[in-house]
Amino acid sequence: MFDLVKHSILFSFFIFLSSFVNADDRKFNLGKIATKTEIAGWNIDVRPDGMGAPKGSGDAIKGEEVYAEQCAACHGDFGEGVDRWPELVGGEGSLDTHDPVKTTGSYWPYASTMYDYIYRAMPFGVAQSLTHDETYQIVAYLLYMNEIIEEDFVLSEKNIGKIKMPNQKGFLLPDPRPDIANTDGKPCMKNCKVPTKIIGKARDIDVTPEEEKS
Amino acid sequence: MKKNKKNQSLKLNRRELLFGSASLGAMAAASNSVFAQEVSSNNLPPNVPEWTGELGDGVDVNPYGMPSQFEENVVRRNVEWLTASSQSSVNFTPIQDLEGIVTPNGLCFERHHGGVSIINPKDYRLMINGLVDREMIFTLDDLKRFPQTNKFYFLECAANGGMEWKGSQLNGCQYTFGMVHNVQYTGVKLSDLILETGLKPKAKWVLAEGSDSSGMTRSIPIEKLLDDCMIAWAMNGEALRSEQGYPARLVVPGWEGNMWVKWLRRLEFGDMPYMTREETSKYTDLLPEGNARMFTWVMDAKSVVTSPSPEKPILNKGVHQLRGLAWSGRGKISRVDVSLDGGKNWKTAKLHEPVLSKSVARFTFPFEWNGEELLIQSRAIDETNYVQPTIQELQKIRGVNSIYHNNSIATWLVNSDGKVDNVRLG
Repeated sequence: MFDLVKHSILFSFFIFLSSFVNADDRKFNLGKIATKTEIAGWNIDVRPDGMGAPKGSGDAIKGEEVYAEQCAACHGDFGEGVDRWPELVGGEGSLDTHDPVKTTGSYWPYASTMYDYIYRAMPFGVAQSLTHDETYQIVAYLLYMNEIIEEDFVLSEKNIGKIKMPNQKGFLLPDPRPDIANTDGKPCMKNCKVPTKIIGKARDIDVTPEEEKS
Repeated sequence: MKKNKKNQSLKLNRRELLFGSASLGAMAAASNSVFAQEVSSNNLPPNVPEWTGELGDGVDVNPYGMPSQFEENVVRRNVEWLTASSQSSVNFTPIQDLEGIVTPNGLCFERHHGGVSIINPKDYRLMINGLVDREMIFTLDDLKRFPQTNKFYFLECAANGGMEWKGSQLNGCQYTFGMVHNVQYTGVKLSDLILETGLKPKAKWVLAEGSDSSGMTRSIPIEKLLDDCMIAWAMNGEALRSEQGYPARLVVPGWEGNMWVKWLRRLEFGDMPYMTREETSKYTDLLPEGNARMFTWVMDAKSVVTSPSPEKPILNKGVHQLRGLAWSGRGKISRVDVSLDGGKNWKTAKLHEPVLSKSVARFTFPFEWNGEELLIQSRAIDETNYVQPTIQELQKIRGVNSIYHNNSIATWLVNSDGKVDNVRLG
């Protein structure tokens, strides 16, 4: 009898405990709740509508200096790109030509992406070392060089979600694939009419890396 | 493409200076695994081979075994002129040297945007924030305590074959098809993980973020995430390799490799896509009209003949086993056809078990060669009845500047001397 009472008290205690732990109906009770400070340190993304843009501001005039110091070594003084590092400026009207030039000005649909990417990944190898103001300054300078904003336009968390990029409407959704003719699983098997003349050989282009000869 | 041309001409000039000829390069590339070893008749019958007359290494010599020294040519290779730096670059799986469907961990191609991060697993944290009931942080040990899943999946870069849109450029199976690998992943399904955080009804997208120097980010629709995505900590039975995202990466079965965020540190749930650099300025497919397709995630059915191939010339007349790989992001491969005459006539190849969904499948096809020229092709069909297209079919709709999602049929020309060339038919 005593044991039964003891057990039932223990049992009730466990029910109480588990209902406490399961107050938020977690299934496995793994992991921990993240604090606001922890989230703030890692939650650096900036969305097209400006969500996530940190407080700060900058214009192209200040941006020119920061850009020269932090970016120009790879991207060139005017965003023209050095060696094989990306061009950042120009390329308007080139997207439907034989040699499309995809830059922040000619191709990128959102200014938020410029802020997001530059802050998270640039300068190459020194990620997340720029201040928020410096990042706004650099984005402003690139937008100015691409003739999207004026030199004295002050870019900030309040307006980065409102910048209209030239190629914003240049993207098609949703994915139309499969976009090829044959999706019936029954391709031609015999005497198919296909071009069989050799019109090009990789050997002649001759850009394949060579093996070291030992 | 403009820059490629610039590099080509530079390269030609350099080579002309060095060798006085522009024709040596392609031959060297094709030879890399052919002339590696010479026969020593002392080791052949009736002689007693040298290794029989001595003891070999003991069990304490190689605590982590490596391939035979005679396989030293079976390595990942890169194309130096493709990218500005080796930290933001790619190398290629030597698929021409592999058998079966499993890619050995050390040969899985690498694509990094800020080099390989080295992470102490004790310092690993996965943060989940945004439109969830509870914003949470998990350790690696936490992740390993969830219900486990083990699955084979291929991972293919959307730019695999991207250099071949305008014509045959790289004379190698490895360089034209090697941005793919296939391993067995061990990890936790996202549909289990979110049972801990809960999801707000407005959560429609997730931002996956890496902790490497590029802070790689991609948006993924929540239906896909909860369907079959997983966070993996092991590949082929051992911990992920550092270059594949150690200690944990995202697995997005059948979708382009760029979305499989390595060194995964954060998942943020939101009500719209985040339009990251990778899904706007990259991994969008430019069309002839100057607009571009966006969010082209699925990898369409594709196949490649791995032998014969530019790296695997035919050395003898007589019987041979053609070998190849086929895969589809839409499910299982149902059939692979092979042509030896440039696509005029086709025969169905043998598909080897296991044939798994969103995994590579192995096919073989016996043929006899007597010194005639062959134009070898393979054509995959998947369980949705999608038929791998020709390059002309793709070009007709997409032009030549879309870089990504070239899943067209390639052609290997077998010359009368047995050497093999990557060629374009037209």
